[in-house]
Amino acid sequence: MTRVQLSRRHFVASSAAALGGFSLGFHVPFHAKAAADAAPAGIPEINAWVVIHPDETVVVRVARSEMGQGTLTGLAQLVAEELECDWGNVTTEYPTPGQNIARDRVWGSFSTGGSRGIRDSHDYVRRGGAVAREMLIAAAAAEWGVPAAECQVDKGVISHPGSGRTTTYGKVAQAATTMSPPAEVQLKDPKDWKIAGQPLPRLDTRDKLTGKQVYGADLVMPSMVNAAIKACPYFGGRIASFDAQAVTGMPGVQRVIQVDDTAVAVVAATWWQARTALDALPITWDEGPNRDVSSASIQVMLEEGLDAPDAFIGTEAGDARAALAGATRTVSAVYAFPYQNHATMEPMNATAVWTPERCEVWVPTQNGESSLAVAAEAAELPVGQCEVHKIHLGGGFGRRGNFQDYVRQVVRIARELPGTPVKLLWTREEDMLHGAYHPTTRCKLTASLGPDGQVDALHMRISGQSILASVRPEGMVGGKDPVVFQGLTADNPEGSFGYTVPNLLIDHAMRNPPVPPGFWRGVNLNQNAIYVECFIDELAHAAGIEPLAFRRRLMANHPRHLAVLEAAANGIGWSEPPPAGRHRGLAQIMGFGSYVAAAAEVSVTGGQLRIHRIVAATDPGHVVNPAQVERQVEGSFVYGLSAALFGECTVSGGRMEQENFDSYQVMLMDSMPAVETIIMPSGGFWGGVGEPTIAVAAPAVLNAIFAATGKRIRTLPLKNHDLA
Amino acid sequence: MVRLTINGATRDVDVDPETPLLWVLREQLGMTGTKYGCGVALCGACTVHVDGVATRSCVLPVSALTPEQAIVTIEGLSPDGSHPVQQAWLELDVPQCGYCQPGMIMAAAGLLAGNPNPTDDDISAEITNICRCGTYNRVRAAIKLAAADSDATQNG
Repeated sequence: MTRVQLSRRHFVASSAAALGGFSLGFHVPFHAKAAADAAPAGIPEINAWVVIHPDETVVVRVARSEMGQGTLTGLAQLVAEELECDWGNVTTEYPTPGQNIARDRVWGSFSTGGSRGIRDSHDYVRRGGAVAREMLIAAAAAEWGVPAAECQVDKGVISHPGSGRTTTYGKVAQAATTMSPPAEVQLKDPKDWKIAGQPLPRLDTRDKLTGKQVYGADLVMPSMVNAAIKACPYFGGRIASFDAQAVTGMPGVQRVIQVDDTAVAVVAATWWQARTALDALPITWDEGPNRDVSSASIQVMLEEGLDAPDAFIGTEAGDARAALAGATRTVSAVYAFPYQNHATMEPMNATAVWTPERCEVWVPTQNGESSLAVAAEAAELPVGQCEVHKIHLGGGFGRRGNFQDYVRQVVRIARELPGTPVKLLWTREEDMLHGAYHPTTRCKLTASLGPDGQVDALHMRISGQSILASVRPEGMVGGKDPVVFQGLTADNPEGSFGYTVPNLLIDHAMRNPPVPPGFWRGVNLNQNAIYVECFIDELAHAAGIEPLAFRRRLMANHPRHLAVLEAAANGIGWSEPPPAGRHRGLAQIMGFGSYVAAAAEVSVTGGQLRIHRIVAATDPGHVVNPAQVERQVEGSFVYGLSAALFGECTVSGGRMEQENFDSYQVMLMDSMPAVETIIMPSGGFWGGVGEPTIAVAAPAVLNAIFAATGKRIRTLPLKNHDLA
Repeated sequence: MVRLTINGATRDVDVDPETPLLWVLREQLGMTGTKYGCGVALCGACTVHVDGVATRSCVLPVSALTPEQAIVTIEGLSPDGSHPVQQAWLELDVPQCGYCQPGMIMAAAGLLAGNPNPTDDDISAEITNICRCGTYNRVRAAIKLAAADSDATQNG
């Protein structure tokens, strides 16, 4: 249906063949042969995760992408913890996707999304560190002729107390590369951690303060040319015609190249020249089949789904329909959440060199293996003749994971210029018009209220767009998109519903407008938390019960959900009245494996909202770096509140209307509340932290706005409402 | 040929004079610390100093500049990252992805140059750069720390 979907399907097909699929489980070959066969000669690689140089520098290889979330630092802490090296000697590097394939996917998944960086790889990266430690100790023991069990290690210094001898990791690293890895290693109990669990500064800060950090957009190569591109802004449309002659004489212009049937690029000596010529290029679009699609038509489509008979059931207990039909008192409300753009600060970009024998791509990507698969397909070369070099991301938020449309484009352009490096950089306008948009949904909630305020039945009907149906159809289950129900399913370690309602029905009427959807930081947890937590607040108000007490009655079977909610409430001083003129709201949810809650304090004066403070509580099970968790909580609030306050992509005439930050407003410093973060790891599980707290910021604020004004805001963003 | 004074050095650049300063910095001079974010002076990723004033370079054609005007970029704010704003940023570990941070730092340095002890309202009014990772609270704290450190230096 759309360009994005087409390339995605090709990617799935080619990646499944080339990369052996994306199964989560995989074998980590620590045995010496795999390492010795594959490691480049001369590099003191102890195993795939650890390289130690004679000067004691410890290079930790990190497969996940750093996009601001701190995963380079956190994953390195886990490796270093088991390695028992000196943290001050640690640096990191990315292995390439091509190396991963050549080495039997020794680094596992490169996918960086779903708050999975640490929670999905903590076990094998710690094993990587522990195995390397044992090999280093074995090398020292062999040199000394003593049993390895008699040796100790502390901060990269190996000692043998019996003989008083000491050496260092750097000195034995080369010898350690030939040691047999132990068959088994015992991982430390997190309570014994010294490096992991500490609020260490990030490893990648310094270059970000001086302009030295290189992002994809900054890449420069000898003889490189620059490309600017316009793809058809109409969803499902294509190029009708363009007049290359009109710009061929403009300064610096080298080529005007059609890319597939949807886009046209200008290649010039500099990007500014390319962009200037592209703006002057006459292009006529074939608007395609969706020119009558608008936000209004999409609303009609979704509203029909609110009461439609066809729906996929996500969660069910008892008989909610019957209970509601027989109820003496019901409460009902309809909520809506609009399309959002990721709007990473660094627009989409990639650089490629193509020859008939080889294709290399340099790209800020959340999934280097996706980039490689798309590059190989676009290059029409075997994967083994292609390579991807990951570059630091200027923001990702989901846009740079599954969607590698810019990689396809740059490779198709580079094919027209064999041997010449081509850098493609999107304009902000291109970035806004060709998003992988946070999908739009509406939700109708109906509940019964008993005489004592108990909730006997709840029906939550979601109507709207499935991400998986478009992006990853192989993830559908019998036609159902399980991701729609994030945070709403029973007993799901990924995100379980935190209330016990005897008659519960949560279902989804799938309505897919012709707008490409994507995973957007927090994904469906964002709006699901708004729907549930604002409606629970409505029920509490209807029952005449204070919102925290009302929730407690429904949460007896959900102690971890309740614990974070209580912590956030305590943190804001819920049991005491707020300062004069201020009002409070609460929200909680579980998602991405973590329990999260927020308490917001706002004032509304003359219709002007001010969010004074938000207290956030998070239980992610284990915490690898509390300082980075704090930053993720604060940052997620900016992302979530930007959407709640301002964010809205509207469709008119089959295309998006917003093209830059003037019409797609985001939160600035002046509307940022104070954030107090409570981290309360209860152990026993590993949850993510990059996304879950996004979801509670908006409902906590919306509930506080109700407390302040008596107005229920059920349709976002807030900028469209008068709070006066 | 356009003559500019950038980070204390005179640079003669063979470029269309209507080219924005941002792109002259990035493409003619290879100084890529100054970023492209929106191209319409809304996001602030392209902020540099012109005669000490924080200025968005993506909409500033070099034809509007004279050789006498002192342009300072993130690469020239200090020789070694030792500007009080950079030091405060390091101490509070402010950046996340970091893409907006050169612009943030230049905006903050510009603010402090004219207002050594800004209030919260001053900071909110003057720092209008966009950060999508959400570093705003740490940016605010780092500006205050830089202001306090500068005070201490001047007093001590």
